[in-house]
Amino acid sequence: MKFGIVVSEGPYTHQASDSAYNFVKAALATGHEVSRVFFYHDGVNVGTRLSIPPQDDRQIQEQWTALAKEHELDLVICIAAAQRRGLLDQNEADRQGKDANNIAEGFRISGLGQLIEMGIQADRTITFGD
Amino acid sequence: MSDVKKFLYVNRKAPYGTIYAQEALEVVLIGAAFDQDVAMAFLDDGVFQLTKGQDTKEAGLKNFSPTFRALGDYEVTKLYVEQESLDERGLTLDDLQDIQYEDEDDDYEEKPSIIVVSRAAMADVMADQDVVLSF
Amino acid sequence: MSTLHTVNKSPFQNQTLISCLGHAKAGDSVLMIEDGVYGAMSGNAMSEVVAGLGANIKLFVLGADVAARGIDAGRVAEGVTSVNYEEFVGMAASCDRVQNWL
Repeated sequence: MKFGIVVSEGPYTHQASDSAYNFVKAALATGHEVSRVFFYHDGVNVGTRLSIPPQDDRQIQEQWTALAKEHELDLVICIAAAQRRGLLDQNEADRQGKDANNIAEGFRISGLGQLIEMGIQADRTITFGD
Repeated sequence: MSDVKKFLYVNRKAPYGTIYAQEALEVVLIGAAFDQDVAMAFLDDGVFQLTKGQDTKEAGLKNFSPTFRALGDYEVTKLYVEQESLDERGLTLDDLQDIQYEDEDDDYEEKPSIIVVSRAAMADVMADQDVVLSF
Repeated sequence: MSTLHTVNKSPFQNQTLISCLGHAKAGDSVLMIEDGVYGAMSGNAMSEVVAGLGANIKLFVLGADVAARGIDAGRVAEGVTSVNYEEFVGMAASCDRVQNWL
């Protein structure tokens, strides 16, 4: 079965991204497919590579990046939500005249249409948020 | 399975205190381009999103409430509003914006987009969907 | 045809669990996760309300989130089934849709 996942809260502040991560891992471990993980609202903040959590805590962004690499997951950060909150890839940084980018490996920035497309293509869409 | 899925956007939060209502509308507007069978549900504090007379000037916020009246142009014409949620909050239909759409199948007659339903009917609407996105 | 509902709010914080139970259909499943697990406990001011509204609904709680909060498994209300993430996935797959009450 194909799952589409929405993460709509930021890391550490809310458990949503942890729950989503655990769900995705369990889905993959039980033979299901995860067609996309879409990060919306403050969920886009999961995808910054500039976070430095304390060593003794879980490394949320790194966990997602590693999982994406292992399973070729499609981690999509909503561009509209990302722009509001200061998440940029190099393309966007160039286009907007900003002097840096901060998107983590394994994530990509794209439009809200990717969320709707995910809803159409996935057998089940599940949101982790607040 | 047919190519068209039934999408329900569930709104249970008041506007302005948090961004959810505003960013939910952005999803709905983008989603309109995908030619799916779309409806919105307003229940619990979500009914506050539809009140008329929202004036955000002094609060310094963006007033996105006019967008609801534009939904008809995007062929989003089914806005289910829960009666019990209105009652609990001391609201009536008169407190909500007049949101209409032009029915292209009926000589472009203007018709109300808001459909007030009981809690039981709202549960039926929810149980009839393929994709439920909550905000 | 059935729906898997998830709730992640304590019933002492807001009405989300009550609203979910008020809209779920007989035979639906409600899974309490994150802070929602407090809605699955016995012997508190909400227990009877939840049991009453959930009478025709299958109630579940995510064991990992129960354990994380130091809730003894024995405090989970009778009639509420504890599940792990793999079972959560299985429930999502076997229902017709998932509705997340945020």
